[in-house]
Amino acid sequence: MQIVEAQSLTYTYPIGTKPAFEDVTIEIEKGEFVLLTGPSGCGKTTLCRCLNGLIPHFYLGKLEGKITVAGLEVAERPIHELAQHVGLVFQNPENQLFALSVEKDVAFGLENLGVQREEIRERVDWALKTTGIYDLKDRAPYELSGGQQQRVAIASVLAMQPEIIVLDEPTSFLDPVGARQIFEVINGLNKNLGITIVLVEHRLDLTTKYANRVIVMEKGRIVLDGNPRKVFSSEEAWLIGVGLPKATRLYQLLKERGVRLKHVPLSAEEVCAAVTEVLTA
Amino acid sequence: MIKVEDLYFTYPNGVEALRGVSLEIKNGEFVAIMGQNGAGKTTLVKHINGLLRPTMGRVLVDDVDTTKVSVATLARKVGFVFQNADHQLFCETVEEEISFALRNFGYEQKTVNERVDWALNLLDLTEYRKVSPFMLSGGERKRVALASVLAWDPKIVILDEPTIGQDSQQKERLRQFITQLNRQAKTVIIVTHDIEFVAECQPRVVLMAGGEIVGKGEAKNILTDRELVKEASVVLPEIARVFLGLEDLGFPRDVIDVYEAGRILLGRFGGSS
Repeated sequence: MQIVEAQSLTYTYPIGTKPAFEDVTIEIEKGEFVLLTGPSGCGKTTLCRCLNGLIPHFYLGKLEGKITVAGLEVAERPIHELAQHVGLVFQNPENQLFALSVEKDVAFGLENLGVQREEIRERVDWALKTTGIYDLKDRAPYELSGGQQQRVAIASVLAMQPEIIVLDEPTSFLDPVGARQIFEVINGLNKNLGITIVLVEHRLDLTTKYANRVIVMEKGRIVLDGNPRKVFSSEEAWLIGVGLPKATRLYQLLKERGVRLKHVPLSAEEVCAAVTEVLTA
Repeated sequence: MIKVEDLYFTYPNGVEALRGVSLEIKNGEFVAIMGQNGAGKTTLVKHINGLLRPTMGRVLVDDVDTTKVSVATLARKVGFVFQNADHQLFCETVEEEISFALRNFGYEQKTVNERVDWALNLLDLTEYRKVSPFMLSGGERKRVALASVLAWDPKIVILDEPTIGQDSQQKERLRQFITQLNRQAKTVIIVTHDIEFVAECQPRVVLMAGGEIVGKGEAKNILTDRELVKEASVVLPEIARVFLGLEDLGFPRDVIDVYEAGRILLGRFGGSS
């Protein structure tokens, strides 16, 4: 089943002179883990805003073409209805958190929808446990670390029980250890709960292993789309300036000099295995 | 020359952010300060431009105690680019943003124009000259903040998380102009979590944990030291992980650069075939 279907989608911001992205056609299957990347300013963030209706409802501007998410036509449905199906997590959790306790922050969306008290409690507890922050529920979000705040932001979105979660560079303010923990949480939501993930990232070394698909945008268009090994080993990915995982870059450097490892590696472990195989054969 | 001498700093809420930090940074050096969130990195660099004043110990910039001069005076020498560009930007166009400090410093209009053009070009922002910074993407806003500081040509440049939201081409450009600044004997200090960027640039690394410096030295020595990296809650660069995994096959351990890695592997493959 397709959870996202965009047909020739073009969008221009109200003060924009040219489209932020143009003629984007994509289909995303339910349960996919999609890594969306590309040079800064290529339209990634703008595309994410279309998935939960911030575009066109909040940003206005001119949206052409058609996009449906979880079976709902984005331009026709209000944001609060879309929010029950699509969660958006921002780059900076400061932009998202505002309540006086973690628990209240996570409950906010559900209270707005008029969900029964008992069910709110259950879903909030579940979201807090799933993201590993249940013991922080009475703390104030502003006194938490960046990594903890980002988990609160994810829990707030998760409590809505969306079918798809879109995350726009969710760990860019975190240290690598904190970032890895967040990616593990996100991966768990995908693998254990079947939630579709669209993750916008530049840091491909940390994230590629979780994704089954990579989409590369450049200058407002989708230029590459497919299996990570295929996309990253292509000549175009390097030319566009996608920050390839170091493991894949190393594979390319060896290939240029006539040494071909058996598989296209995406991680250090895969390089080690391939090199060991050759040298101990 | 920057000298940090046995620096202690306690925030008004009682948090002891720095506990006896000593560090020397020479003119023209490129230093990366790394460590977990809350390790004291940003607190340390805020002492270099005088935004914070030591609870104990002292900080000297070109032999001048930072508590003896105003932040405004120090700012001419020490440019600081914040982690979150939104804390720094406020003008209506990119051009005004970049010329703001220059005007404040009393430069003539002609010089202001030249500097603005130079900075716009350096950071690939010329097409956004008349655009509002708030219309730009996160990565582009970050570059506007950087341009506005570089425009007044400070001798010491401190960049707090400069690679956030930057794609690989922008990072490469950043790396190139840091090299360029170093060549002009300018000091560049970055605070960063971006282990791969550090592996590419190979600056001197200062590793912090719990308000103290736990390691300092060449990037390839510090970032391949498993124990040290663990203590500071940093992760190993990908290439370092490759070579740790190949240690039993007699490969060197201290490799973090992908091109060096390629050469070493090719050497071995060449010999074995």
